[in-house]
Amino acid sequence: MSNPNANSIWKVITASSVGTLIEWYDFYIFGMLAKTISTQFFPEGNATAALLSTLAIFAAGFIVRPFGALVFGRLGDLIGRKYTFLLTLVLMGGSTFLIGCVPGYKSIGMAAPLLVLLLRLLQGLALGGEYGGAATYVAEHAPPHKRGYFTSWIQTTATLGLFVALGIILLVKRNMDDSAFNAEWGGWRYPFWISILLVGVSIYIRLKMKESPLFSKLKSEGKTSTNPLKESFSHRGNFKMVLLALFGAVMGQGVIWYTGQFYAQSFLETRCKIDFEQSRIIMLWAIAFATPFFLVFGWLSDKIGRKWIMLIGMLLGVLFYRPIFSTFLADTEIGAGTGYTAYPPLSDLGQSVQPGDDITIRSDNTILLSTALQWKFTALVWAMIVFVTMVYGPIAAFLVELFPTKIRYTSMSLPYHIGNGVFGGLVPFIGLLITTSFPSDPLAGLWYPIAIAALCFIIGAIYLNNKIDRNVMD
Amino acid sequence: MNTIKKYLGIVWFLLGPAVIYLLVNGAITHIDPAGKKDINNPVIWIIIITIFTPIAIGLMIFGWYAFKNEYDHLPESSNEA
Repeated sequence: MSNPNANSIWKVITASSVGTLIEWYDFYIFGMLAKTISTQFFPEGNATAALLSTLAIFAAGFIVRPFGALVFGRLGDLIGRKYTFLLTLVLMGGSTFLIGCVPGYKSIGMAAPLLVLLLRLLQGLALGGEYGGAATYVAEHAPPHKRGYFTSWIQTTATLGLFVALGIILLVKRNMDDSAFNAEWGGWRYPFWISILLVGVSIYIRLKMKESPLFSKLKSEGKTSTNPLKESFSHRGNFKMVLLALFGAVMGQGVIWYTGQFYAQSFLETRCKIDFEQSRIIMLWAIAFATPFFLVFGWLSDKIGRKWIMLIGMLLGVLFYRPIFSTFLADTEIGAGTGYTAYPPLSDLGQSVQPGDDITIRSDNTILLSTALQWKFTALVWAMIVFVTMVYGPIAAFLVELFPTKIRYTSMSLPYHIGNGVFGGLVPFIGLLITTSFPSDPLAGLWYPIAIAALCFIIGAIYLNNKIDRNVMD
Repeated sequence: MNTIKKYLGIVWFLLGPAVIYLLVNGAITHIDPAGKKDINNPVIWIIIITIFTPIAIGLMIFGWYAFKNEYDHLPESSNEA
């Protein structure tokens, strides 16, 4: 392996991280704007059906991610990491921009949802190819004793992509009223259009980068794989590690990631009825305070190993999700000791504000939390995102070390995207289904991530080892 | 520890078909063309069963490998794999 100086490794990290961050941003703005998109692209009349249709498209975006992992993983192991993740970046940026250009259902009928579905599928494919490439690229440049720390920069990008998506949507929404934002060609499209600029910058940076030194070495020696898919999944010795990575680490990591961030935001807004802007501000602060912990746990994993940091993060989710979400519910439930006073009648004033109240009901039936309660909620979301940083910070290094160089891109991408895309991506969708099945328990949807994380914890604790593989040149 | 790994393999092996059974049973119970709830919608069930069936089969294979002591020693280099 080459021994890059500090300057060049930071260039590698920057080029990889910026592109990956933008891909996550592209992917998440769709989910963040799900409600608005559902009214634009799906027949009106049944709001739940429209929302579910959007979620289905959202899920479709996640479900195709494993296929993207196969397609682009194979390419990455055949032609190299650099050109493959350049291709995924172009595909993602183009798809995102075009979603912002599709006319609404009112203008072109069923062509609108069909086009959006197609573009969403392309986004999923691109994302499936991006992450494995970026993580592999950084890991193959990093010195062995800092692999966890350097790859943890890549791990910050998913959460920072969410942060940038939330921030840009909030910024656009603050500068226009609701009708202008939600109009057919309204402000909700701006975040999609902005993507093309971000992607342009990232492509420019990445074009200047060189191929991974380990892949270049393999290629010069003629030792690259001729059929990465076959070698990854039909070779028993490697396939069993793919299964171990999925069931012992990544499926739990996926549900912890999505519960702590997406499910939490959806719960605050949809179930607790917290104001659109305030629920996003809570998420933004929580993410800002928690993000440094990706680096802390990546660094720590170089010292004490990856396994137990990831597994303890899962265990904390299993133990604390229900108490945390119960607190959200209890504190926003009217008449349950929240300090809310129902007099004077809402219909007279449009809102109720009493001195010392913890919540205010607005005329549109959304809730505004007091400053103290907002910070309490921020702290609780922060705690859940710290769980995310524990499971997610060390996992790129863990996956890279599990597979050999010549099939690494393919082998680590598939379990990662099944774990995150299928298990994690379906948390809101399956949560909604379970909650509908058991309407008496508003927290029923949490049993899905809790069960998956618990199962993964048990498998990981028993079957994984905590040894750091210093040599990833094999 | 290797004995625990081996016999838990049976649990993982059986968990695969159990998941498939639960999903199919849930679909049969809840799908109702006349129903208006989300869980009555067959499309949603088809999507979920289609996605989770191969994963459940993967869990069975994982259990089988565990039972066959494939995870007693994890490879430390590619030559071992």
